[in-house]
Amino acid sequence: MSSPSSVTAVGGSATEEEHSASSAGRVIRVLRAFAKMPWLTKLCCLWLMVVILTAALADLIPGLADPNHQGFIFGESKTNDGPSASHWLGTDNVSRDILSRLIYGARVSLIFAISGVSIGVFIGCVLGSIAGFLKGSVDSVAMSVVDVMLSFPALVGLLFVSTMLESRSLATLCLITAIFIWPRFTRVGRAAALSVAGRDFVTAAKAIGTSRRRILLREILPNVFPAVLAFGLVSMAILVILESTLSFLGLGVEIPTASWGGMIAQARQDLLINVWPLIWPSVTLIFTVYSFNNIVDWLRERVAVRSAAL
Amino acid sequence: MSKMIAGRLTRLALTLLVVSFVTFVGVNVLPGDAINALIPIDAQQDQEFVEQVREEWGLNDPMLVRYGRWLGNAVQGDLGDSIVTGRPVTDEIVHRLPITLEIMFVAVGLSLLLAIPLGLLSAYREGRRPDRVISGVAQLALSMPVFVTGLILIYFFALKLHWFPATGWNRFSKGIGPNLKTVALPAISLAITEAAVYTRVLRSDVITTLKENYILSARAKGLTDRYILFRHGLRPSLLTLVTVVGLSIGTLIGGTLVVEYLFAIPGLGRRIFSAIYQRDFMMVQGITILITAFYVIVNTVVDLAYMVVDPRIRRTS
Repeated sequence: MSSPSSVTAVGGSATEEEHSASSAGRVIRVLRAFAKMPWLTKLCCLWLMVVILTAALADLIPGLADPNHQGFIFGESKTNDGPSASHWLGTDNVSRDILSRLIYGARVSLIFAISGVSIGVFIGCVLGSIAGFLKGSVDSVAMSVVDVMLSFPALVGLLFVSTMLESRSLATLCLITAIFIWPRFTRVGRAAALSVAGRDFVTAAKAIGTSRRRILLREILPNVFPAVLAFGLVSMAILVILESTLSFLGLGVEIPTASWGGMIAQARQDLLINVWPLIWPSVTLIFTVYSFNNIVDWLRERVAVRSAAL
Repeated sequence: MSKMIAGRLTRLALTLLVVSFVTFVGVNVLPGDAINALIPIDAQQDQEFVEQVREEWGLNDPMLVRYGRWLGNAVQGDLGDSIVTGRPVTDEIVHRLPITLEIMFVAVGLSLLLAIPLGLLSAYREGRRPDRVISGVAQLALSMPVFVTGLILIYFFALKLHWFPATGWNRFSKGIGPNLKTVALPAISLAITEAAVYTRVLRSDVITTLKENYILSARAKGLTDRYILFRHGLRPSLLTLVTVVGLSIGTLIGGTLVVEYLFAIPGLGRRIFSAIYQRDFMMVQGITILITAFYVIVNTVVDLAYMVVDPRIRRTS
C-alpha cells in the first residue's frame, strides 16, 4: 500500500528483476500468481480465456454451425428447440444455433471493449501526461474539454450519435464510443501525471537539464501507463455492458450479426414460449462481466491501484 | 466562500452553454435533413412549398443565427415546437418529466434503503462471513446489465406470478396503488445495481472510519456497538454517500432510459428515443439540454453542499 501507482507485474516485482528474468521464469511467476488465486478468481480467468479463445478461433472450430444458418429452411432443425446433440444449447426463434451465435457474439463484445479501452488508454496516457506535466494553459484547456464531455450523460450521447449514423459497423461504433470514454481516461492519466511530476526523480531529471520531451517520454509516461491501464481493466466490464445495451436497444452492430444484447432482445419476443434463448446469452453476458470485475477486484487488493474518477 | 459559489455557478452556466451549442451543432451536422420530418417525401416535389416551409421554420438562416434565436427563447423557458407533433417541447417535457423523476427517486430511495444496512453490516464484520456474502452478492449485482435484471424480474414477477404488470404506466391520478405497481419493477431493476455501488462505497468508507481513534475512545467509554456504528461510523460516511449518489445520476439517467424502453413507460427517456428516430431535432435538443442541466446542477449542488458541511475542503480548494 505504501508505494503508490508503481504497478508493474502481478507479483509487484522490481524492474531490474524483470529485465534479467528469462521468459521461463516469467511463466513460472505467472503460474505461481495464478495458483494463489481464490478458486472463484481462477474460474473467472479460465472462463475469460475460453471466451477469448473460442471467439478468436471461431472459424476454426470443427462442427460449429454458421451463426446465421436458419436450419428450418432446409428441414434440418426446429425453431425454438431445446438443447440437443446437434445444437448443444438449442436454437432460437428462427432456428439458428445458439452456441454458435454466442461465440460469434463474443467477438463483437470483445472487439468493442478491447478497442474502446485501447483508444482510451492511449489518449489518456498521452493527453493526461502532457496536461499533468506541462500544467498551465494546455492543462486548463484540456480539462475544460474533459469537464464538458463528462457533463454529458454518455449513454444519451451515444444513442444520439448512433441513431443518426446511416450505417453502424463495429468500427464506427468503437470510434463513437471512444469519443465518450476518452475524458475519463484523460482524467485518470492527468491525476497520475500530477503525482509523478512531483516526485524526486522528476526534479532530479530537471536539475540535470533533461529536456522536457525526454522527461515526458522517459519519466512521466512509463509511470502514468500502469494507472491508466488499471482503469482500462475496470472499464472492460463497463464497455461489455455498454455494447450489449446498445445491441439490446437495436443500436449496436446491425442484424443479423450476432451479439449478446441482440440475442437477448430477440429472445424477449418469445419469452413465454421458450426461455432458453434468453437464459444462455444472459448467463454468458453476466458471467463475462463478472469475471472482469472479479479479476480487477483481486488485482486491486494485491496492488494499490488507484480507482479514482470511476 | 461566496466567491467560490459564484465561481461554481459561472462554470455551471458555461458548461450548459457549451453543451447546448454542441448538441445544436451535432443535431444539425449529422445526416438527416429536418425537412424530411416536416414534409412527406412525395410532397417535396413542390419546390416552392418546400422553400416556404424552410423559411417558416428558419432553416435557411446560418446555424449561429438559429442557435442564438433558440437560446434566446430557451432561457425564457420556450424550447421551441416539436417538428413532428407541433406541440411545444416544454409542454411535452413537463408532461413526462414526473414519470422519469419518480422512477429515479424510487430507485435511489430503494438502493439507499438496501445499501445502508448492508454496507454497515459488511464493514462491521469485515472479512467474516456476512461481509464475504454481501461483497460477493454486490459484485454479482454490479455485473448485471439493467435490461437483463429487468427481463428476469418481468419473467418471474409479471409473467409467472402476475404480481405486477409487465409493461405500461399508471399515472399518479389513477391512485397510489396502481401507480406503485407500475413503478415497482423498473425501479427495482435500477436499484439492484445502484445498491451494489453504494454498498461497496459505504463499506470501504466505514472500514476506514472504524480505525479512527475516536471510535476506540467511544469503545473505551463503553458505548454499545450499535450506537458507535450508527452515530460515529455512519455519519461521516453519509457525505461520501451523497457524493456518490450525485455522481451516479449520470448512469442512472442512462439506466432509466433503458428501463423506460424495456417496460414501455411514457417517460422522457422513451420520448428522446422516438424523437431521435423521427429526426425531431427540437425535441432531441430540448430533452438533452434538460437532462444535462439536471446532471450538472445536481453535481454542483452536491459539491457546494460538501463544501458547506466539510470545512477542510473549503480551505484546500
